[in-house]
Amino acid sequence: MLIALLTLTGLALIFGAILGYAAIRFKVEADPLVDQIDDILPQTQCGQCGYPGCRPYAEAIANGDAINKCPPGGDAAIKKLASLLGVEAKPLDGAQTPAIKRVAYIREDECIGCTKCIQACPVDAIVGASKQMHTVITDECTGCDLCVEPCPVNCIDMLPVPTSVERWKWDLQAIPVKMVETN
Amino acid sequence: MASLFQQIKSGMLWDFHGGIHPPARKTQTSQKPLGRLSLPERLYIPLRQHIGVAGKLLVQPGDYVLKGQPLTAANNAMAVPVHAPTSGHVLAIDDHPSAHPSALPEPMIVMVPDGLEQWRERQPLDPEHISRQQILARIQDAGIAGMGGAGFPTHIKSSASQGVDYLIINAAECEPYITADDALMQTEAETIMQGIDILCDLLSPKAVLIGIEDDKPRAIAAMQAACGNRKDFYVRVVPAKYPSGGEKQLIQRLTSKEVPAGRRPLDIGIVMQNVGTAFAIAQAVLHDIPLISRIVTVVGETLSRPQNVLALVGTPVGFLLDSCGFVAEAKQRVIMGGPMMGFTLPSLQIPIVKTSNCIIAPTDAELPTTGPELDCIRCGACAEACPATLLPQQLLWFSKAKDHDKLKEHHLSDCIECGACAYVCPSEIPLVHYYRVAKAEIREQHRDELKAEQAKARFEARNERLEREKQQRMAKNQALAAQRQSMLAEQQKQQIADAASRVETTAETLSKEQIIAERERKKAEARAYQAAKAQNQVENPAETKVEPAPATEVNTDTATDPRQSAVAAAIARAKAKKAGISENAEADEVPASSATLDSDKAADPRSAAVAAAIARAKAKKAGISADAEAAKAAEVSASPIALDTEKATDPRAAAVAAAIARAKAKKAGISAEAEATKSEDAVAGAENTTPVDTEKAADPRAAAVAAAIARAKAKKAAEATSTITTADLTAETAVNTTIAADVPVAASPVADAADPRAAAVAAAIARAKAKKAAETQQEPSADAEINQITPETETKAVAAEPAVIEASTNVVAPTDAKKAAIAAAIARAKAKKAIESDQEKSE
Repeated sequence: MLIALLTLTGLALIFGAILGYAAIRFKVEADPLVDQIDDILPQTQCGQCGYPGCRPYAEAIANGDAINKCPPGGDAAIKKLASLLGVEAKPLDGAQTPAIKRVAYIREDECIGCTKCIQACPVDAIVGASKQMHTVITDECTGCDLCVEPCPVNCIDMLPVPTSVERWKWDLQAIPVKMVETN
Repeated sequence: MASLFQQIKSGMLWDFHGGIHPPARKTQTSQKPLGRLSLPERLYIPLRQHIGVAGKLLVQPGDYVLKGQPLTAANNAMAVPVHAPTSGHVLAIDDHPSAHPSALPEPMIVMVPDGLEQWRERQPLDPEHISRQQILARIQDAGIAGMGGAGFPTHIKSSASQGVDYLIINAAECEPYITADDALMQTEAETIMQGIDILCDLLSPKAVLIGIEDDKPRAIAAMQAACGNRKDFYVRVVPAKYPSGGEKQLIQRLTSKEVPAGRRPLDIGIVMQNVGTAFAIAQAVLHDIPLISRIVTVVGETLSRPQNVLALVGTPVGFLLDSCGFVAEAKQRVIMGGPMMGFTLPSLQIPIVKTSNCIIAPTDAELPTTGPELDCIRCGACAEACPATLLPQQLLWFSKAKDHDKLKEHHLSDCIECGACAYVCPSEIPLVHYYRVAKAEIREQHRDELKAEQAKARFEARNERLEREKQQRMAKNQALAAQRQSMLAEQQKQQIADAASRVETTAETLSKEQIIAERERKKAEARAYQAAKAQNQVENPAETKVEPAPATEVNTDTATDPRQSAVAAAIARAKAKKAGISENAEADEVPASSATLDSDKAADPRSAAVAAAIARAKAKKAGISADAEAAKAAEVSASPIALDTEKATDPRAAAVAAAIARAKAKKAGISAEAEATKSEDAVAGAENTTPVDTEKAADPRAAAVAAAIARAKAKKAAEATSTITTADLTAETAVNTTIAADVPVAASPVADAADPRAAAVAAAIARAKAKKAAETQQEPSADAEINQITPETETKAVAAEPAVIEASTNVVAPTDAKKAAIAAAIARAKAKKAIESDQEKSE
């Protein structure tokens, strides 16, 4: 009886020591939650969630804010966030409309070269100089709308991204054909 | 066991998993001769007909182009040019529906053939005498891209110089209906062999395997004949099975090797080219004929003459069908590509491109549309049919759920979209469509992720930049502020120095300060004048009062003397002014002494007051550094004013002086503010007593003001020694106030009160001065001084007291007593000055 008790206690102590050591020795540096959330967000920096950029929203989510405030991310981002945070995926917040991919376009003959849009752009996707015409680098534009408001002459349009052959998604309604034996 | 190479050499074949056997229906066209077509009215040549990027446009609308003339130029490795299929004019370059499942508009060159078929100059090459690079360049310039369907640029695929074990020529052509390669091999076997020879020169493989399905006996015979006695050329006849024409599947069938997921055949030492590509290479290198035409199978039961035709690239599908006797039925579908992997065309204007191998215009009975999609019953037939050994029903599940992670786990990317699963599906689920949508979504998502990463990097870079700029701006501002401050200090120092130098030299130039001082002086003069006037008036009643007394002569003297003395004082003042501010102290002394000279009379207090005012003004001019001096002057002024107890003007003057002092104190700094308010309070407290007895209150007020000023200045003078100083000061002020309190009590005899008060005030001044001296000097010496002075003042005060007693007993005596007191005060003042200027000696 006593021997068994001592043996088990001894074993428990030994294994506890091993586990304790392993916990320290093989500690996995987990990605901080905010970084993981930030990686899921689309980084448009559009502020439609009510926070000044994606990272502040990531921080807010980590602190318990709703995960359904990101229209550019859409359902895909919500789903990912839900699985990351272990919460239920909600549909996009009613106040926000799901985003169609758009890019800013400057009507260049109307541009007066005020640089206000350049200052507003969170990703430096607008090039131009004072009193010179500005233009948008379409590939870098995240479609955040932030440049539209500051423009004093309203020469910035948000145009939907044209679908190209590369970006085209197969139409599920396309009629498939079926081979049948005829003879 | 024989090596793999030996097994392959011995003609061994393998099999791949799954696969289906759909009706081939190749006999409609395979036995017929190659059809030749007339020129269409228009040719629509897409700028991009392959995987990669479009070349740079070389022509403009209206240009005349010769047959084979390049219309675009390849400006990078992934670009291949397109050529004019025949001679003619370029009509326009604009967007038309493309030969793509989406049929999205893409830029195309619209050509109008002139029917002359005029060739550009051709430069055939001899492969034996040219370099690899030249051949590859020719392949690229000829616009050759994989003709099996994918359209990968051939020059890239052919540029591997080593590590190629097998060159496989894909002639399987497994899809139903299609016989284009069959027809090509039947007619152009020799040219194909020449093309393969060129590819062998480029790739130097160990063996060439030509894979042909067993349903093309004529092509097999032609190819075997064409091979002749070429070493290591093997025509391999594989049993028909869909999709053995798939790259990975054919490799597996011929070599038993499997291409790893996400890798290319070159990674396992295999290069595969379509038989049509080999033909195009031969044409391009040996005859300098670019890829401007290809064989297309035009088939379907709606056509009266289904056949293989040699069609120019850019020929509209509608034209092809019409030349084959097309009779459209209701809801006619036209399929580009095979029935398994092709797509229906929304318009017959869509042109034939380099990768189009078949056009099917079936009747609805021939190729019925699928029925409604039913639910998956999990029969597993699709998994059995899948040549890539995937699990199609799982993929369908995850595709519907848009679970991209799971799709990746189940290797959706390995799906070759052959359609075998959909073909066997009893529920008629268009599985491949789901996969294609899912693949497009994954691609899109990947693109978005890349873009998000890029945007994040740019956003962070921008934030960093903004922060950096802010820091720089702040540093700059700080530097500027520091510079400004040092400049300001410098300026102040300069100003002080200037003031000092001005004091040192002469007051020739009238600076702002000097103007102010001048104004101050004038004010003081006016005040003095008024005081003189007022005294005159007061003195007269005094005269009448004193008249009964025996000594009337003295009074008359005093009546006239004040004016004289005032004039004298004025002259003295003027002189002093002229003499210069530098002689401040002396100037102070001069009026004082002159006053003493004149002063057997009651006029002395006034002249003293005037002198004090002058001193004050001068002290002010001296500047901030001379604050202490000014304080002394103010005190000095306060004390003579205090002497004139009976006049109503004096309290006002004192008040003004106090106000000035206050203003100075305020200017001096915020640190002294509390003190200033205290002094103001003291003044206010003093003023509170005025309603009680105006005449008597004059002195206490003046004393209080003087004390307040002294305090404020002392505060300013030294902040470091503040505790001791303030303690001393408070003690002093306490003494002052007690004196001030004593004075009114002693002053009950109105006329005689002047002396004790004056004495008290003088004592206070002396103490204040001693304090100041102590602040600048060592404490012991200051203490000693105080000790020295206090007894002095005490003795004087004691000396004054009998006078008071005397005055109280004798009514006639007051004037004498006053004179004596004044004289004493003057003497004291002189003595003090002497002490100040030469302390050590006096000690």
